[in-house]
Amino acid sequence: MKAMKKTVSLVLAVVLCMVCFAGCKKNGGSDEQTLIIGGSGPLTGDAAAYGIAVQNGAKLAIDEINAAGGVNGIKLTLKFEDDVCDPATAVNAYATLYDAGTKVSLGAVTSGACVAVTEEVKKDGMLMLTPSASQKECTQYDNCFRVCFMDPDQGTYAAEFMAEHKIGTKVAVLYDSSSDYSKGIYETFMKKAAELGLDVVTEQAFTDQSKTDFSVQLQAIKNSGADVLFMPFYYQEAALVITQAEAAGLDVTYFGVDGMDGIIEQMGEANKEMTEGILLLTPFVASSTDEKIASFVKNYEAAYKMTPSQFAADAYDAIYTIKAAMEKAEIADVKDKELNAKLIDAMTKIEVDGVTGKMTWDANGEPTKSAQAVVIKDGAYVEYAD
Amino acid sequence: MMKRKKTSIKNYITYAIALGAFAVMMLLIATGNATRHLQSMLVPICINIVLAASLNLVVGVLGELSLGHAGFMSVGAYAGCLFSLYMQEILPTAVRFPLAMLVGGIVAAVFGVLVGVPVLRLKGDYLAIVTLAFGEIIRSIIINLNFTGGAAGLKGTPQDATFPAAFIVVMITLVVILNLVNSKQGRAIMSLRDNTIAAESCGIHVSYYKLLAFVVAAFFAGVAGALYGHNYSILTASTFDYNKSIEILVIVVLGGMGSIRGSMIAAVVMTVLPEALRFMSDYRMLIYALVLIAIMLLNASPAFSKLKGNLKKLFAGRRGREEA
Amino acid sequence: MDFLSNLISGLSLGSIYALIALGYTMVYGIAKMLNFAHGDIIMVGAFTVIVCVNMCGLPTWVGAILSVLVCVLLGVVIERVAYKPLRKSPPLTVLITAIGVSYLLQSLAQLVFGSGLHSFPKVVSIPPVQLGELTIKGDALATLAVSALIMVALTLFIGKTRMGKAMRAVSEDKDAAELMGISVNKTISVTFAIGSALAAVAGIFYGSTYGFIGPYTGSMPGIKAFVAAVFGGIGSIPGAMIGGLALGIIENLSKAYISTELSDAIVFGVLIVVLLLKPTGLLGKKIKEKV
Repeated sequence: MKAMKKTVSLVLAVVLCMVCFAGCKKNGGSDEQTLIIGGSGPLTGDAAAYGIAVQNGAKLAIDEINAAGGVNGIKLTLKFEDDVCDPATAVNAYATLYDAGTKVSLGAVTSGACVAVTEEVKKDGMLMLTPSASQKECTQYDNCFRVCFMDPDQGTYAAEFMAEHKIGTKVAVLYDSSSDYSKGIYETFMKKAAELGLDVVTEQAFTDQSKTDFSVQLQAIKNSGADVLFMPFYYQEAALVITQAEAAGLDVTYFGVDGMDGIIEQMGEANKEMTEGILLLTPFVASSTDEKIASFVKNYEAAYKMTPSQFAADAYDAIYTIKAAMEKAEIADVKDKELNAKLIDAMTKIEVDGVTGKMTWDANGEPTKSAQAVVIKDGAYVEYAD
Repeated sequence: MMKRKKTSIKNYITYAIALGAFAVMMLLIATGNATRHLQSMLVPICINIVLAASLNLVVGVLGELSLGHAGFMSVGAYAGCLFSLYMQEILPTAVRFPLAMLVGGIVAAVFGVLVGVPVLRLKGDYLAIVTLAFGEIIRSIIINLNFTGGAAGLKGTPQDATFPAAFIVVMITLVVILNLVNSKQGRAIMSLRDNTIAAESCGIHVSYYKLLAFVVAAFFAGVAGALYGHNYSILTASTFDYNKSIEILVIVVLGGMGSIRGSMIAAVVMTVLPEALRFMSDYRMLIYALVLIAIMLLNASPAFSKLKGNLKKLFAGRRGREEA
Repeated sequence: MDFLSNLISGLSLGSIYALIALGYTMVYGIAKMLNFAHGDIIMVGAFTVIVCVNMCGLPTWVGAILSVLVCVLLGVVIERVAYKPLRKSPPLTVLITAIGVSYLLQSLAQLVFGSGLHSFPKVVSIPPVQLGELTIKGDALATLAVSALIMVALTLFIGKTRMGKAMRAVSEDKDAAELMGISVNKTISVTFAIGSALAAVAGIFYGSTYGFIGPYTGSMPGIKAFVAAVFGGIGSIPGAMIGGLALGIIENLSKAYISTELSDAIVFGVLIVVLLLKPTGLLGKKIKEKV
């Protein structure tokens, strides 16, 4: 009886392997003049909102480019795989994409997964341009670039901005100690804050195991007499923190970084008054009147029935950056053996005017772009003025 | 004597299946027929076999539910990777990598003793929750330590894990665990599962044998962790949450309690399954969940048991003829 | 003063855990299975309210009633389809199936509602109570009161009614209960119906307290409530209440006075210590050993 169970399992295993083979082989022969761009991100699980936003943003840009005739006559195709935020799964996802004929990689959406993927793209010498993986090591190799800010830069910049514009006199910090993004920004913020003599009165943390109830942290912040709360984490957690802070009668200026973008939509109409006065440093503002951004937001909303977040904007820019690099390198044939080398070489020579700002890249793969300080007024982002 | 021979034949079949699969894979790679996707799954499959075989020792052979296997895996992974990071310049890879796995295993085994001594007197679901708690404590602590890289993860471990190396680890694990199960110690452990009181009254040292199974399992979980750590350039603590433990448990239950060969096959299936479902895109996890439920229900359904019974008769008949 | 306010916030967090743990422990006590999908039924309950109130514009009380009905139906269906065929299988098979159901509910919710958080309508709106300098949140009081009420009602139901007696009999010995003319299937169905109704109630209170619900919202509270139930002695109804409250208080006090980063580790550490001192939880029954 036991032996049979095993035999059945074995048959099942073989069938599955064959399915896997079939799935991989099928995509091998792609159209000659199609450049496949591959990326991975969490499409299921806790962080799925971020992966889906990247997938949507990239898809939108690719559809636009293809509708306009492609790049030098080459059509673009997006292949996007689920990596559930896990480095090991991201490597598998990358392998699937490689088998499918991916020529340019969008890396992975989240940092840990992306670091694991850098190792793989390095082996293949492929150009990798991650829209959103912000940890320093995500661009550790010459062929790796990113669209978003690097974590350490954001922390430093936030501290400088706070000191320069005198946002409050007593600073409280709340961060997610289990998130590399949040902790990375927190650490550099604290370093810079100490240099600039900012008065940080309390540092509070939460973790992924307990990120629904913030009463204790908020009580401590309230007792510390802080008048500004630095929140280096994403809008989903921020929504929970802000609603609870308001209920607890906390009177502070909420100060967020790029992950905070999306807070207005998250809080919704019902909690609109709570978002009043939230300050955030972000390269992308969905309510901007800039023609390019407005049209991106309009098309995105039409296609996916939601307002694009930072992630979607970064992905959108990533695709246009790849387009710019292809144009600069004068890529006319996707079978070009030098394709990767040419694209990587072009990356440091291009300038892209995207929805997240004007960008150029240095040899380290870091974008130079500026964050805008925006403040929320009447449920919309407006530029910050002293 | 007869029985002894039968079990050793069964073990040789297990080794033969493993070796055969290895040979087929190597052939596919050598002839360039293995896709990158398939190749990327080979080491994870080996890791899961080691994890499942070792957890089966606790869950299937000893009969105690442990939900903290990922905790031991993470301890081993961090210990092994830190060892490699410090010894990278000093030792050549061929010496350092096996040593790193040994270090991972030993550190995990030490944790196995530390956890096992107090908690193994608990039973059933209470033991399960304590092992789950232990796994989560380990994860919290790793995130908050500096030398482990904290939340950002431990980076820069050399990627030494190759398929042949991983396969050697699998073979060693199989040999050790199968021999343990079929030894005097193994029978003592099984007697605890079947009837602790009866075993105790026969003079079997309950705590010692429970701890033995637990520590051996922890050791191999640590080895698997170190192997995992050397397969990717980043090690994050969030990988080893209770979901990972449950994933391993699913493999063990699917493969059959106490059946090491079953664990081996189920590890292959459960590693390949989510990857093979990639073409389902958005419905991947949905299908995975449905398959999981369906397999469990199928195994328990009377019609399926009858079918298995019939097949077994057929199989046994054939084998009988062969022997004759 | 600070200590008191932290204690109260711990109580309010704990009352949510207690509410979830009551459902957990109820199902465990009778059906002897760890229903890992319990946390996800909470999520389904909360989403039902969101659909009714935010999308269909129904009044909140209608949403709440519908949510309970949907969850009861879901609970009974899950039991019939996924758990009933496994009644004679080893407990681990049932556990894995429950995990499968949990994944299934999560991925279904993600396919239907998307992956983001949805804002939850205010179902319970009770003004905060002011006690000197202390403010006690209204929803916290309501959660606490409802948990206590449910605890009493469940204890009475199991202790005094015919159905309760049948449940106790089934939990004691299924086969013997069957011989006494008790329908085991019906009894277990009722158990699941009650457990799922409790999950719906927990979902409503969870949603009103924290304001946002996503497809994966149920899993962490589910685990914490599992811990709470074991803490109090799994299967024991007052135990779940005490376990939940204790867990909330320990969690918040360790955040306040020891470390916010390590609070989870401390909670789990306390759990281990408690179980080592009392191997079946605070109010758990002794495990009988058959010789």
